[in-house]
Amino acid sequence: MAKQKSMKRKPQHLAKTLQQLLSYLMMNKLALFSVVICIILSTGAGIAGTYFIRPIINDYILPGDLGGLARILMVVGVIYLFGVLATYGYNRIMIQISQNTIQKLRQDLFDHLQDLPIGFFDRTNNGDIMSRFTNDVDNIQEALNNSVTQILAAFLTITGTFVMMLIISPILTIVIVVMVLVMILIIKVIGGKSSYYFGQQQQFLGNTNSYIEEYVEGQKVVKVFNHEDEVMAGFDVRNEALQGASQKAQTLSNAMMPILGNTSFVSYALTASLGGLMVVRGMLDIGSLGSFLQYSRTFSQPLSQVSQQTNTLLAALAGAERIFAIMEISSEVDDGTVTLERTETGNFWLTENQRIPVVGNIELKDVSFGYTPEEPVLKHINVWAKPGLKVAFVGATGAGKTTITNLINRFYEIDTGEILYDGLPITTIKKADLRSTMSIVLQDTHLFTGSVMENIRYGRLDASNVEVIEAAKLANAHDFIKRLPRGYDTILSGDGGNLSQGQRQLLAIARAAVANPNVLILDEATSSIDSHTEQLITTGMDQLMTGRTSFVIAHRLSTIRNADVIMVLDHGEIVERGNHEELIQKKGMYYKLYTGQIELD
Amino acid sequence: MIKSLTPYASKFKKYPLYCLFFIAIEVICDVVQPIMMALIIDNGIANKDLDYIFFHGMIMVVLAIIAMIAGALGAYFAATAGTGVGAEIRQAEMKAIQNFSFSNVDRFSTSSLITRMTNDTNNIQMTLIAMLRLLVRAPLMLVFAIILAFQINQELSLIFLVATPFLGITLFFIVRTAFPRFFSLQRAIDRLNRVLQENFIGIRVVKSFVRGKEEKAKFAAENANYKKSALHAMKVIMFNMPTMQLTVYSCMIAVLWFGGNLVNTNVIGAGELLSFIAYISQILMSLMMLSFVFIMITRTKASVQRVVEVLETKSEINDDDVVIDIPVANGAITFKDVDFSYGGNSDDEILKQLNFSIESGHILGIIGPTGSGKSSLVQLIPRLYDIDDGEIYVGGKNIRQYKIKTLRDSVAMVLQKNTLFSGTIRENLMWGNEHATDEEIMQAAQYAQAHDFIMDFPDGYQTVLEQGGGNLSGGQKQRLCIARAILKQPKILILDDSTSAVDTETDGKIREAFFHHLPDTTVIIIAQRISSIAGADQIMVLNEGEINGLGTHEELLGTNAIYTDIYETQERGAEV
Repeated sequence: MAKQKSMKRKPQHLAKTLQQLLSYLMMNKLALFSVVICIILSTGAGIAGTYFIRPIINDYILPGDLGGLARILMVVGVIYLFGVLATYGYNRIMIQISQNTIQKLRQDLFDHLQDLPIGFFDRTNNGDIMSRFTNDVDNIQEALNNSVTQILAAFLTITGTFVMMLIISPILTIVIVVMVLVMILIIKVIGGKSSYYFGQQQQFLGNTNSYIEEYVEGQKVVKVFNHEDEVMAGFDVRNEALQGASQKAQTLSNAMMPILGNTSFVSYALTASLGGLMVVRGMLDIGSLGSFLQYSRTFSQPLSQVSQQTNTLLAALAGAERIFAIMEISSEVDDGTVTLERTETGNFWLTENQRIPVVGNIELKDVSFGYTPEEPVLKHINVWAKPGLKVAFVGATGAGKTTITNLINRFYEIDTGEILYDGLPITTIKKADLRSTMSIVLQDTHLFTGSVMENIRYGRLDASNVEVIEAAKLANAHDFIKRLPRGYDTILSGDGGNLSQGQRQLLAIARAAVANPNVLILDEATSSIDSHTEQLITTGMDQLMTGRTSFVIAHRLSTIRNADVIMVLDHGEIVERGNHEELIQKKGMYYKLYTGQIELD
Repeated sequence: MIKSLTPYASKFKKYPLYCLFFIAIEVICDVVQPIMMALIIDNGIANKDLDYIFFHGMIMVVLAIIAMIAGALGAYFAATAGTGVGAEIRQAEMKAIQNFSFSNVDRFSTSSLITRMTNDTNNIQMTLIAMLRLLVRAPLMLVFAIILAFQINQELSLIFLVATPFLGITLFFIVRTAFPRFFSLQRAIDRLNRVLQENFIGIRVVKSFVRGKEEKAKFAAENANYKKSALHAMKVIMFNMPTMQLTVYSCMIAVLWFGGNLVNTNVIGAGELLSFIAYISQILMSLMMLSFVFIMITRTKASVQRVVEVLETKSEINDDDVVIDIPVANGAITFKDVDFSYGGNSDDEILKQLNFSIESGHILGIIGPTGSGKSSLVQLIPRLYDIDDGEIYVGGKNIRQYKIKTLRDSVAMVLQKNTLFSGTIRENLMWGNEHATDEEIMQAAQYAQAHDFIMDFPDGYQTVLEQGGGNLSGGQKQRLCIARAILKQPKILILDDSTSAVDTETDGKIREAFFHHLPDTTVIIIAQRISSIAGADQIMVLNEGEINGLGTHEELLGTNAIYTDIYETQERGAEV
């Protein structure tokens, strides 16, 4: 099961992704409409305000009409006030829209992930899934918070300013148009170069990061071999390459602002001289020149904004594309019709016309399965189990032991054959109901942040405190829990990091016990556990298995000697079956495993 | 924030000055522009002097070009200093981590060290660059623009003296209010991510207990909380733009009104009035940038803290007081009253009062239940951890008398967790001895029973290993690690459960090789299988941190309960 990594930077299907993202945004139609109105008002106020310089100078200041000046300034003041309110308005509404959208997107993604088959999680790195929620969602959020409004405002500003310039003086506008073309050229050249170096920086950053990862993880070996200097030397090479690229990328992107800003000063200078000439020749008045100059000064800002925000927007779209790609993976199919009825006297399977008591008889008939069609993992497996029976699976690594448990609860679907549960094919039973009559205890114990009580109750949410404590006692976990600082109310954090491996295993057994399942699947812990706790775990598991159908994946042979049947798996086939004594006598594969001639894991 | 990182800026000490210099030039040019424009209008146009107009127009173009070059150079120096300091910090972190003792690494955890070196360091670098450019630029712009405005007209400049503090104070309050809110937003993010992480890691648990619905609800609650915190924080920041606009617009109106009156009384020209309008946006823009940088700085504070933590952690294992670098004479080992616990916590002692000796060239086998302290014991010999109490002697001298490098050079250790690095098999083996010849490498691989399977690969010793040796089986990795250790030609060779994935026959051949080819090397073997250590000169039975038995296989069998018990469980099967 190769883990796949996907980190493309540019969106591949721009139109489609944009459409999908828009459908999210469109849930806030009214708000979005108000944002557009506000942006128009806000940029309009700014453009109008600058235009007013013309009549103010021409009609009031130069002629000395102070009363008129006061009146027109009042008008300008009111326009400005609306502008400020509109600016606040669109920013405020936009973050609301963006947060609504992001919340919905994040929830939809999470909900969808919960419905995906386990195979998806086996194939995909957790880090990759996490990065959909962190990097990708963040990028979208960033774009929605700022880029969308900024780009829109910039376009409006450019258009509005251009129109006003044309109205004031078409001749001077030609100068500005030429200068804008120069600016666009600069953006293209410098921006292109800088994005090349940004790409390089990203690549070197990846190199450096994976070097860091490899050698920080292997730091103990580095020390044992006194290899610190060599590791540092290798690091320095990468670190320097990274610095070289990021220095170039940063220089270029930082130089953009002064270069563009001063290009606009050049057009300011050209307008001032040419405009001066025109005023002298009587082709233009001072007021017009005044507002035109102010326009020419502000032209570079929206341009550089568009170029900056476009990058943010593209990053957001690339992120959105990855998110939507996950959302398009089909959910786990559940076409079962048989449901579970829980009653005081016991549980029943409800088929169309029958009410069958849940017992826990499991039968695998000629089951074959492979994660990929080319590589069968299990071949023609036949196993039969009933309550009170302990069935153990042993075999070398890769023999297919763990795979069997993935099939019984339908984490994966079998290719051929049939699995029967109380005589019913498991494919006919609703998955949720099927799984709720089974418990698995995995070798890596996963706990959740919350109290010990809550973690055990995860097995059955309506379990009373007394039932939880009973389960803990059955699992041999009660004693150590009592010794925790706050007993059952002790908060576990970071996957139970404050507990030992053995204690976590005991909690997992208690969690399975409280579910009171008919069928148990136990994957033995392989990691280091002290002998005392190991004893506790073994007896806890034994107590849990009493009266239930149990499947045990064995990583140590000592714990399954009392199993009723031991299935020895080799390359996906059951090569031997029988109890411990029978198999030892047979001197076959089991015997070799037992005496260490073949390694178990 | 700056103080704790200054040592890493030593190479770039002068860069902030260069930056200041070029940005000052840029700012001065920019600030002079409106004055030139005012001259054109008030003198050139008024006197219809075209030469005057074009001359000053030329000056403006030249100023713009100078400013452009200066600005680009300023950007260059800011970027060079920022990325340079970033690289030095990264290097210092790597160095610090290389010097970390095992217990330092245990305390930080590998993944947290990696984030500190990558994300946190990049954050700092970005903020440094922004600081160098904008923190220099904004105050300069403010000062120069106000000075020039005063030159034109003092009364009118009073508008700036009112507006600037107003905007400054408002922005200050916005940033100050926002900061704690961003802080709690960060916590909301952490909580959300924790729910995600736990869910993905434990997805089998979630699915097998059919808890999808509850997990969705749990996430929805955190998601809503996140949104609330985000809005709470951004709501404040949202005031930046309108406040800025409000100030600019008010200044415009004030300048037009008061300036209009002054033009009317011929105190200033219309051009000068227009230059004032130009200054409004210049001055207030620079303040705006300041608030932007401050937000960035507050966000980076946490990263600096985390990086400084790494940089300031000193390894508690050092050889500072060892003056003479004495060589390790031989592989004799003696433990005298050794107590050990992780983190010096005497309530939780891993090893208690250990006393034993091994002669140089002998083989010691260690066996005992998991958690009995076997791995801890052997890690004390090359001083990977320091002991709490007692003494350890290697080659007749206390291990604290050796330079750590010398000590570790004479001890080769194959850890329980085998780490191979990306690169060829040959390169990996040469970790043991970088000057090893092909013959020596092959010989070590033969002793470790690795040569045959290496030759089965199409590229032999040049086979490229993936990170962590992903393309090898467990047993193959173990054998490569053993070969790597043998190549070191150590005085002491320690194998910590290093043949667990190797079948018994190959395991036996490896031990044979030690016996025949490494007669002068002291070998310590930790094993689960009796067969792996039965032939050792001495066998130590370790239980709960204490020596439960010490002797040969024959001596222990029958007299030591634990040893006999392990033997019987392992052998009984074979005898049935």
